[in-house]
Amino acid sequence: MKVTILQFPGTNCEYDTQHAFEQLGATTEIVWHKSETIPADTNLLVVAGGFSYGDYLRSGAIARFSPVMKAVIKYAENGGKVLGICNGFQVLTEAGLLPGALKRNDNLHFISKHHHLKVINNDNIFLEKLKKDSVVNIPIAHHDGNYFIDEAGLKDLESNNQILLQYTNADGEIQNPNGSISSIAGICNKEKNVFGLMPHPERAMELILGSDDGLAMLQGFCK
Amino acid sequence: MTTAIINVSLKAGVLDSQGKAVHHALDSLHFKGVNDVRIGKQIVLKLDTDDKTVAMSEVEKMCEDILANTVIEDYKIELI
Repeated sequence: MKVTILQFPGTNCEYDTQHAFEQLGATTEIVWHKSETIPADTNLLVVAGGFSYGDYLRSGAIARFSPVMKAVIKYAENGGKVLGICNGFQVLTEAGLLPGALKRNDNLHFISKHHHLKVINNDNIFLEKLKKDSVVNIPIAHHDGNYFIDEAGLKDLESNNQILLQYTNADGEIQNPNGSISSIAGICNKEKNVFGLMPHPERAMELILGSDDGLAMLQGFCK
Repeated sequence: MTTAIINVSLKAGVLDSQGKAVHHALDSLHFKGVNDVRIGKQIVLKLDTDDKTVAMSEVEKMCEDILANTVIEDYKIELI
């Protein structure tokens, strides 16, 4: 199992992500954004969290034009598995690999705290280790996590089982921290090989850090 | 030389939280009669060309490709 992790100027979760996947037995490689190729033996490509290009213009807007992104789009179009966490999710929506966009949080605050999430669909490799409707506890840390998609797009997400996770309370009732449409915390593409979420599973790998619910999420990729 | 002034703002129907907060602040300062506040950003470009038609088509392409995210934003271009 080889996990390739992208690093842009301003990425800051690449080492946490590397540590998390190595804990699960994967070999990892961090690839600088100037690279025009990604390692041929890549089983999973992760666009890690952070503040690529200082979030200038819009979060993820400039990273989307880095040299490596052409290879990422080609990899995804050929069925390769791609996971975008936080800023990575923003980059994937800007690149058109995932539908919708991420706006400034409704309360305009940077929100950094543990939050409960409900598993909405698990008929995909990312969440297959988790039960549908189960609740996990994963940290969020973002300023622009307010997911937006128009009505027609939302219907598509619903009918294709593309909504992965919703923000809830511990009982699985909707609790929306940032104003996201339908309280959406994570989605995938129609083909179910590109995944994006605002919460950070790589920061929930050990109980001593508050939660190890991220293990079951990332394990889905490490078969 | 042509100057392009581009205004990018959230589409009508997309909640503008910053605009809402500023609206609330104006209200607290007793500025009455403000019905709506929308906040956007302005991008100013200095272009080599003097040809406004060329400039417009170039700048439109820039807006579609990077300067605006047309999923949530509209843009208006003014050329001087």
